[in-house]
Amino acid sequence: MSDTLLDVENLWVRFPTRNGIFDAVRGISFSLGRERLGIVGESGSGKSMTGRAVLKLIRKPGFVEADKMQMGETDLLTASERDMRAIRGRHAAMIMQDPKFSLNPVMTVEQQMVEALTTHERVSRREARSRALEMLDAVAIREPERVLRLYPHEVSGGMGQRIMIAMMLIPDPEILIADEPTSALDVSVQLQVLEIMDKLVKDRGMGLIFISHDLNLVANFCDRVAVMYAGRIVEVCEAGKLQEAQHPYTRGLLNAVPDLEHPRDRLEVLERDPAWREAPSVSAR
Amino acid sequence: MTEVTQHSEDRRGPVLPPWLKKLAATLLTVAVTLLGLLFVTFMIGRVMPIDPVLAVIGERATQAQYDAAYLELGLDKSLLEQFFIYVRDVLSGDFGKSIRTGQQVTTDIARVFPATLELATLGTIIGIVLGVPLGVMAAVYRGSWIDQTARFVGLIGYSMPIFWLGLVGLLIFYGILDWVEGPGRLGVFYQGLVTERTGLLLVDSAIDGDWTVFKNAFGHIILPAALLGYYSLAYISRMTRSFMLEQLNSEYVTTARVKGLSERKVIWRHAFRNIRIQLITVIALAYANLLEGSVLTEIIFAWPGLGSYITTSLLANDMNSVLGGTVVIGTIFVGLNIFSDLLYRFFDPRAK
Repeated sequence: MSDTLLDVENLWVRFPTRNGIFDAVRGISFSLGRERLGIVGESGSGKSMTGRAVLKLIRKPGFVEADKMQMGETDLLTASERDMRAIRGRHAAMIMQDPKFSLNPVMTVEQQMVEALTTHERVSRREARSRALEMLDAVAIREPERVLRLYPHEVSGGMGQRIMIAMMLIPDPEILIADEPTSALDVSVQLQVLEIMDKLVKDRGMGLIFISHDLNLVANFCDRVAVMYAGRIVEVCEAGKLQEAQHPYTRGLLNAVPDLEHPRDRLEVLERDPAWREAPSVSAR
Repeated sequence: MTEVTQHSEDRRGPVLPPWLKKLAATLLTVAVTLLGLLFVTFMIGRVMPIDPVLAVIGERATQAQYDAAYLELGLDKSLLEQFFIYVRDVLSGDFGKSIRTGQQVTTDIARVFPATLELATLGTIIGIVLGVPLGVMAAVYRGSWIDQTARFVGLIGYSMPIFWLGLVGLLIFYGILDWVEGPGRLGVFYQGLVTERTGLLLVDSAIDGDWTVFKNAFGHIILPAALLGYYSLAYISRMTRSFMLEQLNSEYVTTARVKGLSERKVIWRHAFRNIRIQLITVIALAYANLLEGSVLTEIIFAWPGLGSYITTSLLANDMNSVLGGTVVIGTIFVGLNIFSDLLYRFFDPRAK
């Protein structure tokens, strides 16, 4: 990969607890180019923590350790909080699961979008507003003028998530981390939101980290897939070749997906092998 | 089924704008609450083991005098009738005469209430100005020394009796250090120098431009106000802390950080904005609490306010004054609640 946006080596996310240190992410390595990297895994496998660790948004007392965390020219490991603030939003942004919670309930869409831009660029209110309108238009929102004046509770889930995408893309970041961006949405709007996000990411030549527990979704929308289990990457493969995955965990997950054309009375229950936990992480660099 | 028909009948009637409906509902609630309040105070007046006739004419009156007074007070009428007369009088601002001062209770209250208002307002301002930032900081730096200090300060505020702190405060700051003026609202030499406009000495003397009086009045009020402020600070900071903790854990705060906002903006522009609403209710309650007349504080500092007025009246069997004062306090309480409700609508876009 010649055009590497993000390069991570041996990343750990650790939380000191009363019973010793808990490791949410245990030494994973991956890199991201101008591509769509999917991270799949079950709840608690460390996929969300990986996304947040990249932005150094792990809440204390948790902390991040790594041999290397390089974003473009910046070494994230030595970056101060001040440096990180200049990176967050401007170079790497994140979309979270549910717009009902991830948008500020007492601020209008306009206030929140304008703020995302003015944090990083010196622009007039007028200019910021027109950029916000453009962005809303880009995420297929009709009547953007009206939507700017709305509060989050006045928009639907699908619209909220499109607003979120628009807001995060306003400062033109190179990396977008999407943490289960559609799991809270109605099935009917999931695809629409995904397509909009996909198109924007592709048009702008961004790198996308798509975190999900939905194997099929990831297979369809990503270029590469990393499968996480117990804080490690157990398998990496081309998204198109996910069906040929080798690792028993991935196989188990695939096997547990219901299929409309071949209905089964009972879905398979994943048998977990304790050895998977300890097997070394596969590199996704 | 009945509800459905009811609803469709409503539809046929004139369509009122929603804000008007809300206003009407609010006013109705207020009216009912106040009527309830009047009923309670009226009943208190009747069940108290004080003979209202004797209280007026004294123990040595003859039976004829007694009977005349009995009739004059309308005690021969039925209880319901008496209640209606009472409500009518109160609505026209007539609480009867105070036996103790010989003046209309309304006049008395108009005289003592500004003292309480001034004290309570300054106390609440102190509580807000110190308590809110302290609570926010305690939440942001949860578990740190700031949080521990806030907790300790709050604990003292909760557990120390106010009369004790008041006396110690007087001893130290008045008796030993002589930093503040003593009890009362104003030094003897300054009495009557201020033109009475609002009854609030600080405001009146400031309007007059009489800064010597202002300084003296301030010296008198600062200690009791600080004391009351301390108690509301303890309450306000604790509530602020728990409101903030809840907000700081929410997703939109993470969103704000993802945007690259500074921590100061994350805290004040995002999280704090969301607690303003709850905070208003807390502050209104704390304010109402102080306005009710902090009896102990007013007595210790010889503060001629509503609290000490009611207490002295009660001890003098002066029921008209007690009931009048109670009604005023109750009305303030209801009023502040409505006020915070209105602010709520103003600050929370979801309530509109």
